[in-house]
Amino acid sequence: MVAKPIITAEEAVELIKEGDTVMVGGFLGCGSPAGLIEALEKKGTKNLTLVCNDTAFHNFKTGTCTHVAKLVAKKQFRRIVVSHIGTNQETQRQMNEGETEVVLVPQGTLAERIRAAGAGLGGILTPTGVGTEVQEGKQVLDVDGRRFLLEKALPGDVALLKAKKADKAGNLIYDKAARNFNPLMAMACTTVIVEADEIVEIGQIDPEIVVTPSVLVQYLVRSKK
Amino acid sequence: MEYTANKEVIAKRIARIFKDGDVVNLGIGLPTLVGNYIPAGVTIVLQSENGFLGLGPAPEPGKEDPALVNAGGGFVTILPGGAFFDSAMSFAIIRGGHVDATVLGVLEVDQQGNLANYKIPGKLVPGMGGAMDLTVGAKTVVAATEHFDKTGASKLLRKCRLPLTAANQVDFVCTDVGFFEVKNGAFVLKEYFKPYTVDFILQRTDADIVVDKDCREVDLL
Repeated sequence: MVAKPIITAEEAVELIKEGDTVMVGGFLGCGSPAGLIEALEKKGTKNLTLVCNDTAFHNFKTGTCTHVAKLVAKKQFRRIVVSHIGTNQETQRQMNEGETEVVLVPQGTLAERIRAAGAGLGGILTPTGVGTEVQEGKQVLDVDGRRFLLEKALPGDVALLKAKKADKAGNLIYDKAARNFNPLMAMACTTVIVEADEIVEIGQIDPEIVVTPSVLVQYLVRSKK
Repeated sequence: MEYTANKEVIAKRIARIFKDGDVVNLGIGLPTLVGNYIPAGVTIVLQSENGFLGLGPAPEPGKEDPALVNAGGGFVTILPGGAFFDSAMSFAIIRGGHVDATVLGVLEVDQQGNLANYKIPGKLVPGMGGAMDLTVGAKTVVAATEHFDKTGASKLLRKCRLPLTAANQVDFVCTDVGFFEVKNGAFVLKEYFKPYTVDFILQRTDADIVVDKDCREVDLL
């Protein structure tokens, strides 16, 4: 197995260009790569498209602003593709005032569109959203008497992911509920950067328990302690 | 007759729906309370759409794990026999018919089984999260809601006005005044809860209600 470069978070975000589609793992921040997000915020790259489950927490009253919410607050996205923004008042504000385009996608559809992109599929057929606003502008297909929406594959340029442990080849395992979208995004982006709490030698992760196989990963970054 | 909102009554009644061994997904908020009232002798397996089965209660203070949260971001535990998985597997379980029941909060629910709970255009747009997949995928969809909103308007309607989360998917509606089955384009009243009466429910609900022939009073107070 070939070892992957271990780089710093600052070097990693140099790989993100203006206008890129960036996928960020995590669910309300659980399973998001804090170091990579911090570096991207510092670099300030703009006009990005975000694909993430949600935009984490931003509460105007308490001042809480976590994970990708920091990038939203810095207006680094021109487009945000997520399933939920109920915990982020700033995303709602930017959407309502027309500052940022927000596309809401049902969570299961978002997962499968990302997976489809990584699996070489053109899209998926799902019953979710039939008869709702989600159906608007989409092809509805009848398969054996049941109606499905054609939801297209959703690929990205760069994935910023979080793993509990990586070996130097890039095999990954995750931590409990922090897995969520990370393994799917690892399939769907041209450049996959993984922030890992622990990086071990090749061969030190039992192949039987690898969740994300090494071939999907391009760069490793060590989490800050 | 005075109406007093009562979330506990709703949670208590819904908790009696499940059979031993059912796989259940409880939405955030009011539906989460249902887990507190599961009858003795019934064990259900809770699915958390952020990626695991075997959702357990909140941890003891000091034992919180930032990697172990529910779909609302709250600290939880996982029970013996549980399993973690990614979001595609999570929604394969949901959409693939492997979840017996889901309980969801509502903004509006109508007599066609339509449910609206993700958007008030121009006002509140939290997004659908996993709710659209859950309503389409779970075998039984239970809408949990107070019978009236803060202005006193019925949350059970003839036709939803807000954008739908899902069309024709709701099987049961449980409010704090009664328990309804959605059937043939009407709410079928199966139980009315003490201290309310059938007449109160018929007069104050802005929808077509059929009183089931076996409709009975239930005391959940």
